[in-house]
Amino acid sequence: MNNRIEIINENVLEGQQKRLSAEVQAVLAEDLNPETILTEGMVAAMAEVGRFFEEDEYFVPEMLIAARTMQAGLSLLNPHLAEANVQSAATIAIGTVKGDLHDIGKNLVAMMPEGAAFEIIDPGTDVSVEKFVEAVKKNDIQILALSTLLTTSMENMKVTVNALEEAGLRSKVKVMIGGAPINTTYAREIGANGYSAEASQAVPLAKQLIQ
Amino acid sequence: MKEYRSLSINNIDDFLFGVSPNPITLKNGLTIGKGTVYPELNFTLPTMIIDKTTLPEVCAQYTQMIEGVCKRAVELQIDGFVVEYELLPELTLEPEWGVEVTKILRDTLNKTEAKHGIKTALRVTPNDIREFARPPFLRQGKYVDAMFRSFELNAAAGADFLAIESTGGKEIHDEAIITGDLATSVFSLGILGAHDMAFLWDRIVDISNTYNVIPAGDTACGFANTAMVLAEGKFIPRVWAAVIRVLTVARSLVAYERGALGPSKDCAYEGPFLKAITGYPIALEGAEAACAHLSPIGNITKAVADLWSNESVNNVKLLGAMAPTVSMEQLIYATRLMNASSSEGPQYARKMRDWCVASDAGLDPQAYILRPDVVLDLSSAIISEPTAYLRTRRAALETVDLLRKASEAGEFTLSRVETRWLNRLSRQAEELPEDEDQFIAQMLELVDRKKVRLEEYDIQG
Repeated sequence: MNNRIEIINENVLEGQQKRLSAEVQAVLAEDLNPETILTEGMVAAMAEVGRFFEEDEYFVPEMLIAARTMQAGLSLLNPHLAEANVQSAATIAIGTVKGDLHDIGKNLVAMMPEGAAFEIIDPGTDVSVEKFVEAVKKNDIQILALSTLLTTSMENMKVTVNALEEAGLRSKVKVMIGGAPINTTYAREIGANGYSAEASQAVPLAKQLIQ
Repeated sequence: MKEYRSLSINNIDDFLFGVSPNPITLKNGLTIGKGTVYPELNFTLPTMIIDKTTLPEVCAQYTQMIEGVCKRAVELQIDGFVVEYELLPELTLEPEWGVEVTKILRDTLNKTEAKHGIKTALRVTPNDIREFARPPFLRQGKYVDAMFRSFELNAAAGADFLAIESTGGKEIHDEAIITGDLATSVFSLGILGAHDMAFLWDRIVDISNTYNVIPAGDTACGFANTAMVLAEGKFIPRVWAAVIRVLTVARSLVAYERGALGPSKDCAYEGPFLKAITGYPIALEGAEAACAHLSPIGNITKAVADLWSNESVNNVKLLGAMAPTVSMEQLIYATRLMNASSSEGPQYARKMRDWCVASDAGLDPQAYILRPDVVLDLSSAIISEPTAYLRTRRAALETVDLLRKASEAGEFTLSRVETRWLNRLSRQAEELPEDEDQFIAQMLELVDRKKVRLEEYDIQG
């Protein structure tokens, strides 16, 4: 690995935002391939962050700091990626369903694919069925991710899937669901494409769904 | 306003389940905190949409639940129990809907009491729907109006206790938890939360006095239990969740300063601290709350509880019976055991308490800080300070120091990573200024104004 790329990798891993920004600017000035900077410098670092998390070396705060560091670097890189026609892995819209204000789980899940160079659209919490449908209609979304912590809001996942069907949009997106009261059976029942029991499984599931 | 500058319980021998210096007696003679631990059963609906068309089904579900638990209470020959009705958001937003359920519960409890002589009580807990506006309007607007109307209607309809799980300050606390930001947590609880509690509890106490019901208590569930559940999922360190637990004490104490009389909410695991300070009885939950969330404190929470709860259970069919009925049985057996020990004499109750403590205290820092002797020490330190902010700051400093010393003494084991976190929290705690105005000024530079309306907390900036 190029030495500069290694430094970028380390800065993401350690959450050193200022150092990362300086380093990204330096490597861009050296005409390094922006895709290489992204994949070997940043995405690889976030994969390592994910491994640390799985091995209980990192908690979410460390992951979040690393993810935000990566986002800071990515904001410098994006114009160069666009110029080189490098596209994100996919776009995921993720929100908590109507009647539910919980967002920690949703935010944790959103953080994971962001670190794997997915683009994230986040309509927030207590999101109406209409708003989800609108998000799918108006954006080039490959995956719609629905979250809830409440059994009394679960039905709105089913209602959302049905609404996509009625709007003729169901085949446009893959739907993945998650949250404490959710399980694989429920996902199957409502016609979702996948269920993620843990935030850390969101990226493998998302990659599987877009294949 | 009541001032608490010294502990109501000073002696570890007096810090026990079932007894409190200031017991509460209801109109029907049920007394909480005078020797007997009673079950407090909380139930909720299964998965269903709540709207005008499903209201009959909502009522049918609650009817089934209350009849089932009352029947089991009679069969297991219990003297008394409390039922908590935690209103879902929809039932608070439409107060007239929510009160239909209160009437059903009250009616069934009255019939049970009249027929079988069992003393009962009903705690009604409207939902803090203010957070449905983002950022929340805490003192004005349709959600505030509906919430207080819910309190009034339910007090008139037969609630014995009024309670809430208030969330003032939470709009920035979730972020604080997942970023490990102690200063923001302190600001959320010791400044914003404390301000909101003062406003909220002045109103709740006023409503309670108007309708001659008891303003019971609040909980920092949305702050500290969120942290506890995240720690259980290994998302955040356990030491961080333990520190947050103690940070909530000063904020929750404000309810009592404004006139709350207990029992505090079941999910207020800061309850032991509140009991030590105020002398009022507390509700708590533990192992039997696993139906709602897992925890590392399933037994230790029994140590000083006066009401023993299951948190909340959906009305679903289990092999034995409907889940609320199953929960009721579990709570009855647990309280029966506790009461059997105290009926032999206080020394046996202390033994039972100490076994409950020994069960959990050495396995997790979140359990350690709930050891009754630790609670008394921390409580004493907290209320030696004059304001909610300084109390919260003191809670941070004392808890981090206590956990470090306890870990070094082998009271529990911390991983290298958790120890690293303790050092990190220690550094952050040391940076909290003593001057409250300086702290507020500092935090106003950092707080995301898109998430919080400072004017709703009476904070200029």
